[in-house]
Amino acid sequence: MAIPFREVLNSGKFVITGEVGPPKGTNLEKMIHHIDLLKERVDALNVTDNQSSVMRFPSLGTCLLIKEHGGEPVFQMTCRDRNRLALQADLLFAYARGIRNVLCLTGDSITVGDHKEAKAVFDLDSVQLLHTVHTLESGWDIAGNELDGAVEFCVGACVTPDADPIEPQLIKFEKKVQAGIQFCQTQAIYDLDNFRKFMEYARKLDKNTKILAGIVLLVGARMARFMNESVPGIYVPEELIDELASAPKGKGLEKGIEIAGRLIRQIKEQAICDGVHIMAIGREELVPEILAAAGL
Amino acid sequence: MIVAERKPLEEIKEMIAGYKRILIVGCGTCVTICWAGGEKEVGILSSQLRLAFGKDGNELLTSEVTIERQCEREMVEELRDKVQEVEAILSLGCGAGVQTIAEVFEETPVYPALNTKFVGMPEREGVWVETCRACGDCLLGETGGICPVVRCAKGLLNGPCGGTKRGKCEVDPEKDCAWTLIYRRLEKQGRLDLMRKYYPPRNFQAVTRPGKVEALQA
Repeated sequence: MAIPFREVLNSGKFVITGEVGPPKGTNLEKMIHHIDLLKERVDALNVTDNQSSVMRFPSLGTCLLIKEHGGEPVFQMTCRDRNRLALQADLLFAYARGIRNVLCLTGDSITVGDHKEAKAVFDLDSVQLLHTVHTLESGWDIAGNELDGAVEFCVGACVTPDADPIEPQLIKFEKKVQAGIQFCQTQAIYDLDNFRKFMEYARKLDKNTKILAGIVLLVGARMARFMNESVPGIYVPEELIDELASAPKGKGLEKGIEIAGRLIRQIKEQAICDGVHIMAIGREELVPEILAAAGL
Repeated sequence: MIVAERKPLEEIKEMIAGYKRILIVGCGTCVTICWAGGEKEVGILSSQLRLAFGKDGNELLTSEVTIERQCEREMVEELRDKVQEVEAILSLGCGAGVQTIAEVFEETPVYPALNTKFVGMPEREGVWVETCRACGDCLLGETGGICPVVRCAKGLLNGPCGGTKRGKCEVDPEKDCAWTLIYRRLEKQGRLDLMRKYYPPRNFQAVTRPGKVEALQA
């Protein structure tokens, strides 16, 4: 049996979480392989919720699968595809079936995904969803009706330390902390100097929220440049791009693993934050190698 | 103002195929200002349609008229004589205009020549942007006069998502991030405390659709 994530967060150890991305379809073989490979190596496994607005096997169903396989799931929940009734109903269901961790997100825009003509919901935003979880915990729904059986979750949120401009993002982070979160995962970080600045701010604001630095595996210089150009909130410093570009042909991925491992090691050794959240985005089988490169 | 855009000629032609006599009605208010359905646009569409029908060997007789407001029954009533001479009406009004005409002249088919887009304002010459969602629960007083419900692509009330890049929106890099604009405006006014405030979920009952407003003195 996995140790409850809340206990891990409170233990003071360096926290490591991973992620699985559900498939488009009902063939779960590859994802189950990833779950079995990672469940013992990480403290919890996030499950993305129709990631990048692409319709997939559901986050909730995958969380149950992780439970069945003895892992500790983090139920990612976005506000894009469900209104307040559906969000609350899914929270009740998740709790009743033993899911104890929920990560509250706004969700990507519909237009970046594969159902561009769909109606985006956003009935709630991420801060309102956090308040909703806590209202359900108090034994009431958000319309003021009493529940027959409440929920209890270890609640997380997200922050983008490289957002541009940063100030509005920090105000939103403040609101999430005030709403009550046990942990906060960051968008991918590569620039540790900037991340240190964010951590200084975050610690000053609140000492109890555990911050997990987002680690996204870079598979080559091209991917790094693409992220700088096109992915909001991600900044890969030039010297990292040069380092990736300097790798011999066909060795870009190895370099990426080395960089990810080094970042994790630096974060841990310098105690910059409380842990890392590793997003290998479809290359989950490489997470053990990243951990090995980090000396973990 | 209500902003609309004309439908493609092909689509309009398709809608009125089979008719020989139609009345094309423009509107002198919002859609005149946004260059979609005023007197000038009525004239252009009318000759384009006659030409297109002629090319196919069909005849189309059009009469043209532009009234001040298609959304007022009394003004639409004035069209009665003209309507009696045609088989169908093509309206260059907004959706409210089309429906008023359809209600006044129940026996005559009415077709929309425009797609009604939004409530907005001109950004520069020939460009209009959406600025009001008509949500019925206005909070502009707390957001520096910039509406997050409509100008944030996700309609977020509690600050930006993680998709801001250089102050632009992840959905369209041409568009400003509404929350960056709100932050800057409130900062200028020394009112950033408003951005730190928690805004609860919106009340979608503020307007039960279809919306209805009764003036107090009525």
